[in-house]
Amino acid sequence: MSMTPSNQRIVSKLKRSSIVSLIKKGLRVDGRKLDEYREITVIPNYISKAEGSAYAKIGGTLVIAGLKVGIGTPYPDMPNSGVITVNAEFVPFASPTFEPGPPDENAIELARVIDRSIRELHVIDLEKLAVVPGEKVYILWLDIYVFDHDGNLLDASMLAAITTLLSARIPKAVVKENGRIVELDKEVREPLPIMNKVVTISVGKVNDKFIVDPNIDEEQVLDCRLAVSLSEDGKIAGMQKMGSGTFTTEEVIEAVKLAKKASKTLFSKINEALKKIEEQ
Amino acid sequence: MKHEKVKLVDENGLRIDGRKPDQLRPVKMEVSVLKNADGSAYVEQGNTRVLAAVYGPREVHPKHLTLPDRAILRTRYHMVPYSTDERKSPAPTRREIELSKVIREALESVIFVELYPRTTIDVFIEVIQADAGTRTAGLMAASLALADAGIPMKDLIAAVAIGKVDGTLVLDINQVEDEYGEADMPIAMMPSLGEIVLLQLNGVLSEEEFYEALKLAQKGIAQLYEFEKQALMKKYVEVKVEEV
Repeated sequence: MSMTPSNQRIVSKLKRSSIVSLIKKGLRVDGRKLDEYREITVIPNYISKAEGSAYAKIGGTLVIAGLKVGIGTPYPDMPNSGVITVNAEFVPFASPTFEPGPPDENAIELARVIDRSIRELHVIDLEKLAVVPGEKVYILWLDIYVFDHDGNLLDASMLAAITTLLSARIPKAVVKENGRIVELDKEVREPLPIMNKVVTISVGKVNDKFIVDPNIDEEQVLDCRLAVSLSEDGKIAGMQKMGSGTFTTEEVIEAVKLAKKASKTLFSKINEALKKIEEQ
Repeated sequence: MKHEKVKLVDENGLRIDGRKPDQLRPVKMEVSVLKNADGSAYVEQGNTRVLAAVYGPREVHPKHLTLPDRAILRTRYHMVPYSTDERKSPAPTRREIELSKVIREALESVIFVELYPRTTIDVFIEVIQADAGTRTAGLMAASLALADAGIPMKDLIAAVAIGKVDGTLVLDINQVEDEYGEADMPIAMMPSLGEIVLLQLNGVLSEEEFYEALKLAQKGIAQLYEFEKQALMKKYVEVKVEEV
């Protein structure tokens, strides 16, 4: 059962009204422009034990994603495809409002929005991950951990997730005994079969204004937000309205346009980070 | 089997169930279908069938969950085990948890929650037969049940899922179109106010296709809104007849 949250972070009325009146004038509490991200840091291959990983920091929000790989049986309705599972955890470590226990509705929603965008855009060619079609396929576990919550968890999580996939080196599958046994050879590594790149941009609405990358205080002031996933060539790869306010159709169109503009920042950060590790 | 390609739009531009791209499935709506609930509704769109029940505003236990300035909203979207081709476990899936959240958020923007501080309004949606578009049918049932319970709202919610199948945008997708199609975009609005309360996109669309999809959705939503008003009016018309 989904319930109206009662453990929300409290923003004082004074701060709230200053955030709103600044946005009205096209300004932000932290001095940013409405369409500007906070400082972004992306570090691929952050965890050496994982087959892929990334550290992503947007302002004070810190997310680390990691990929582990195994061999398993495919889903019966997709016998010739590898399997990818996306999971997100909001650990109590990261915020006083996070509680221990299995992922709550917010963590589940975030993981599912990321999962859908990656799946629908065919970021990974899953058919190339079938080792013995119908029998043995690669299983990818993409785990997203939020370690510090300073707003805009979704964009940071997608940034960590996509960088993880783009920089991953998975062990080669070795088929033995006529396909009955498949083992992973950790000495031989290859990149994932990547077909597309995707980023997610959360556009927040405050009265009739739109902002990207809301920080934790701004999040409490938003009417609602629209998360837009975009490919590098500008296709919409998923959308989710989040929060309890409303958008008119014109506002949705404006939000998508703003997201498209902001996506360039995120793609350039990803490409920069990947180039750096290639040079090493 | 997802890998076998099915033709979803034929050479005459008709869909697998014979509809035109901008045609809704047959709709049936009824309110006050349950005895115990404060408000209830039944919505049928083609083979998708949904029941909704509303309890409240009522006391919350435990009390610390209440809010001092408004009612809280508790929503459960659930599919019964026999609603699908393969039995669905009755335990809530990750999908149902997510949908319960987006449905709750949609309802929060419609109900005047500040009228009932320190109480809860509970909205339950049970999908009894699933053939795509269950969250949109569920939302309509929920909004009808809330109206039936006499809870003040800004507007009713009308909702529909737009799909992209064989490159064509279609209104109100069915299960086959959802499974084999390229995109599924559920959208819910307060039609009189022109405000979107739920919007999701699962799939890939170009910017232009998205704008087209929004237009197509509004067309369907306007029709569904009329069905909803008729369903509510029918209840009172019948009462009047009994009295005479």
